[in-house]
Amino acid sequence: MKQARPLAITDARLVTPAGVVSGALRCGEGMIVAVGADVCPQDGDEVLDAKGRLVAPGLVDFGVFAVDKPAFHFGGITRAALMPDQSPPLDLPSRVGFIAKSGKPDLWVHPLAAATRGLAGEELAELALTQQAGARGIATGRRWIADSGVMLRLLQYAAMLDLVVVAHAEDAGLAGNAVATAGEIATRLGLPAAPAEAEALAIARDIALAERAGARLHFRQVTTARGFALVRAAKARGVKVTCGITPAHFMLSDLATADYRTFTRLSPPLRSEADRQAARMAIADGTVDVIASGHDPRGPEDKRLPFADAAPGMAGAETLLAMVLGLVRDEVIDMTRAFDLLAGNPARLLGVPAGELAEGLEADIALIDPDAPWIIDRRKMEATADNTPFDRQGAQGRVLGLWKGGVRLV
Amino acid sequence: MSASDPLASSGRFPAGRMAFPHRDLTGIGHLQRHEILYLLGEAEQWVAFNRQSAKHADLLAGLTIINAFFENSTRTLLSFEIAGKRLGADVVNMHAAQSSVKKGETLIDTAITLNAMRADAIVIRHASSGATGLIADKVDCPVLNAGDGSHEHPTQALLDALTLRHALAERGEGAEDFTGLKVVICGDILHSRVARSNILTLTALGAEVRACAPPALMPAGIEAMGVRPFHRFDAALEGADVVMMLRLQSERMSGQFIPSPREYRHLYGLTKHRLALARPDALVMHPGPMNRGVEIDSEVADLVGRSLITRQVEMGVAIRMACLDVLTREARGVEGWTA
Repeated sequence: MKQARPLAITDARLVTPAGVVSGALRCGEGMIVAVGADVCPQDGDEVLDAKGRLVAPGLVDFGVFAVDKPAFHFGGITRAALMPDQSPPLDLPSRVGFIAKSGKPDLWVHPLAAATRGLAGEELAELALTQQAGARGIATGRRWIADSGVMLRLLQYAAMLDLVVVAHAEDAGLAGNAVATAGEIATRLGLPAAPAEAEALAIARDIALAERAGARLHFRQVTTARGFALVRAAKARGVKVTCGITPAHFMLSDLATADYRTFTRLSPPLRSEADRQAARMAIADGTVDVIASGHDPRGPEDKRLPFADAAPGMAGAETLLAMVLGLVRDEVIDMTRAFDLLAGNPARLLGVPAGELAEGLEADIALIDPDAPWIIDRRKMEATADNTPFDRQGAQGRVLGLWKGGVRLV
Repeated sequence: MSASDPLASSGRFPAGRMAFPHRDLTGIGHLQRHEILYLLGEAEQWVAFNRQSAKHADLLAGLTIINAFFENSTRTLLSFEIAGKRLGADVVNMHAAQSSVKKGETLIDTAITLNAMRADAIVIRHASSGATGLIADKVDCPVLNAGDGSHEHPTQALLDALTLRHALAERGEGAEDFTGLKVVICGDILHSRVARSNILTLTALGAEVRACAPPALMPAGIEAMGVRPFHRFDAALEGADVVMMLRLQSERMSGQFIPSPREYRHLYGLTKHRLALARPDALVMHPGPMNRGVEIDSEVADLVGRSLITRQVEMGVAIRMACLDVLTREARGVEGWTA
């Protein structure tokens, strides 16, 4: 699929790095040709009137567990960074190479290669070869590398290759077999729980090692007040550290687990209300760089189980945009920053020329009605599974049109 | 309604089904204070009944009760089996220890299978917290929780409350509830469903509950359940009316949580000497099975007039009979209990 005719989207509220401007956008041969207030359609263009709606870059979803095109396209996602926690794990160049090509042309998948063989946290995987095969980052998977020596060597190696290391921040010794955060709710439910400090401990160690190695370090999810404080302080010192979060952790607290609903079984687990508020603060003050879906569709064989026996994860691709637009509506962030979190920053972390409405970039474009109301309904989802913790919740913001490389998908 | 229960005849409880408007008994956490008192009151008739030589009623004749135990149990299973049989039900035991039942859909599949066999009540024990509630959602008959993970064991807490009520009444200290009673629960609070159900029951009935455990076995935020936490047993015992000991699994006494059994006894063992710190005639309870010489010394466990441990077992049958009776009333078409 190649873009056949140039496209002009007029009367749009364009989300650009410089702010939201009214104007038009033109793209041709799969690239953005012009964007701004004084752009006009030209002869032969297909013209689409946005009627004053939002035109934004397609989302770059940093850290998903499955490639799920219908869900991604529903959610306005045109690129996704795939976690190495696959079966088998993405620890071989051949697997990485296959994944890198798997979504094209209508979805680009950027593999995050397994940092260690089998994600076991012991022996380094062939990182340079996986990079050559298309890996855009290295991830420890949904687990922590317990051995600090291995972690330091990994960070040094990644620094040499200029690949970002995506870490999971949960001290394995403290976390053990926990499925909940220690506190009143876990105590009442009788669930194995770990103290929230398990996150801060992991972050403190990994920051210290990354600082020494001079590596780029990204925590895929930071979810506690102490964790944010450590990242904030490290950034202030000039450490090359970034962090992300998924909507569940700024929308829900551990109270949502009170009926043992396994759709709220996440990794890391849901935190206290105080930590949820800290997450919103950290999003507001710039500590958080990325908001991603963590998309992990799981069927009943993984979820229709007692809470502690269920697999962690949620289907989040369809609700990601609406949840972040909720932060804009609540005035936690403005629209420009929303798309920095959803597209610009993730693209920069991956080192791919995307994530912004700018001349010369791939025409990955979303036409959005940021106010369109809808009810999240797990029975009507596009994803391969219905495990959303936001079922029957009201949301605002829908993707009306989506283009990848100038070709309309939605 | 039981004639032997003065509260019932006084009209304190709502009429018919409204006295206990729940299909299942998955935990004490779902119950109101008056519903707990109602179940205790309903059990009284069965206490007297069980002390007769002929112990057979036809109340549940023709009904099938399945005891589905996904975790090993001897006493609780036996107690439920006897309770069902004394009420005239057909009782079937399904032993499906965790090791033999594969995980995955099997738990739900098993529930659906039991449901298809048209059980009239299902009693479930499972190693995972919340498993009973999960099964209750999938079946059409009443479900009784006989212990789910570290979550709840409601019939144990009810039988403990009934035992206490009897013991206090015999001393002339009987009252409607346990207002002001100082109860110490000591042991592995973190992993104990018995502790959670007892905390909920005792606090609902007005008792002052002290939870005592070493730091590693004390769950975070336990204060929110309305109890005072203690790490030092001696301090917790001061002036206590009741001392309830919990069983400590032997695998938790080998260095992971507790350095050794003798070290545990040193700090938390209920010895005669230590019991003297409580009220002079303080009562002693244990849900069993006991580790004699570890959490409780034999001379304390066997104290005549003070140790309620065998009485707890006796009351267990009566409580389970009451629960089976109450929960099957709708199915049996008892007047005022049909929807």
